Amino acid sequence: MSLHVEVVSPERVTYSGDADMVICRTVGGGDIAFQPGHVPFVGVLEVWEARVIRPDDEDTFAVHSGFVQVARDRVTILSDVSEPRADIDVERAEQARQRAEQALSDDADDAEAAAAARRATVRLAVATGGSADSH
Amino acid sequence: MPGAKERELKRRISSVQNTKKITRAMELIAATRVVKAMQRANEAKPYAEQITNVIENLAAGGAEADHPLLREAESVDNVGFVIISSDRGLAGAYNGQVIKAGERQVMAAQTDGADYTLFLIGKKAGDYFRFRNYRIEAHYEGMSDTPAYADARRVANEVMQAFTEGSIDRVELIYTEFLTMGSQKVTVRRFLPLEDTETMAEMGSGDQSALASFEFEPSAEGVLASLLPRYVEARLFGALLESAASEHASRQRAMKAATDNAEELIVKLSRDMNQARQDAITTEIMEIVGGAEALGEDRGSDEDLLLDFLVPDHLFPDHPDQHEHHRS
Repeated sequence: MSLHVEVVSPERVTYSGDADMVICRTVGGGDIAFQPGHVPFVGVLEVWEARVIRPDDEDTFAVHSGFVQVARDRVTILSDVSEPRADIDVERAEQARQRAEQALSDDADDAEAAAAARRATVRLAVATGGSADSH
Repeated sequence: MPGAKERELKRRISSVQNTKKITRAMELIAATRVVKAMQRANEAKPYAEQITNVIENLAAGGAEADHPLLREAESVDNVGFVIISSDRGLAGAYNGQVIKAGERQVMAAQTDGADYTLFLIGKKAGDYFRFRNYRIEAHYEGMSDTPAYADARRVANEVMQAFTEGSIDRVELIYTEFLTMGSQKVTVRRFLPLEDTETMAEMGSGDQSALASFEFEPSAEGVLASLLPRYVEARLFGALLESAASEHASRQRAMKAATDNAEELIVKLSRDMNQARQDAITTEIMEIVGGAEALGEDRGSDEDLLLDFLVPDHLFPDHPDQHEHHRS
């Protein structure tokens, strides 16, 4: 028995496949993993990575907020922006992070820059395979 | 050498032929783009469906949020209108219909004693309402052809902000619904405030099996609060995509009609031109024949025409000149 996973962006379904486990992070709830047989669940996602784990390999996405719904062994991740690891441009993300951090050092209350820095950090973490915590 | 009329017709035919080439090209381009636009509209459906699905589950889970986007105003003093038109013309009645429908709505609101606030998408709507001195709150260009989600989000956020601030009490969305390739319909939908979650759920796919035991994180209300703005964005995005598909379909039809008309006109003008040429040839032949006959008559008989006329036989039977002439 396995989970059916779909990553859906407003423009199209970006990923569809089966997996053993899905790990993501919800607002206020921390990391949560779903395995087959999970109770029906709806959560608001953090700007964080989402890992789709299969027996031999796994896919990682940078998910920039959104929702996750689990019901009847179907996991649906709804997100405005979700990028698979392969699509992330490391150089651009690095530049974006530096820009955002520069803006933050000028004005620590700049919420937009803080959000941009957060997104860039998650992107970099997903792209380099490390954990977003270490940044 | 062709006559003046023939030359004139020839020039018109070649100009119509050029026009036909252009309309034909536009028709073909619109045909491919309408397929792409339909595909995009279809690809965007899962997201909207899933969001509605989550709302269904929230409703089943009994989440009743007192969210600003759900708040029904007691008296409607200002109605917002989001009108989706296109940036480019040559799309038949597409723009005219949606703009007229929008104007009617604005007038209806005014007769009810409410003020209006216009959010216009597409150059055509902007031009129309600006020319008629309407007050325009916001005008967006460059997104109606191939709408991106970021565009929908930008517009939706401005509309939502105006709504939550209380400067508008109701928002109507006026766009062109894409039914099939052959039929598109101007539609007026209530955009804000949103219907309560149960009504929204009923409008959804109706997959309401017993799943009331959902867990929510952070909470049902929290999920709903962050979900509703997404729902509004997705609805506007859906409307934008359908309008884009409708625009391309309308343009394809209009350009097909234009191409057919050009073809018809070319046939008619060619006939006229052939007739004009035939007329010119006939006249020319008549002239030649007439001239030849006149010359032939002159040369072929020995009668001296002048003499015959001056001294006709029956009056002067014995005139010496006459006899001399006949003898020779």
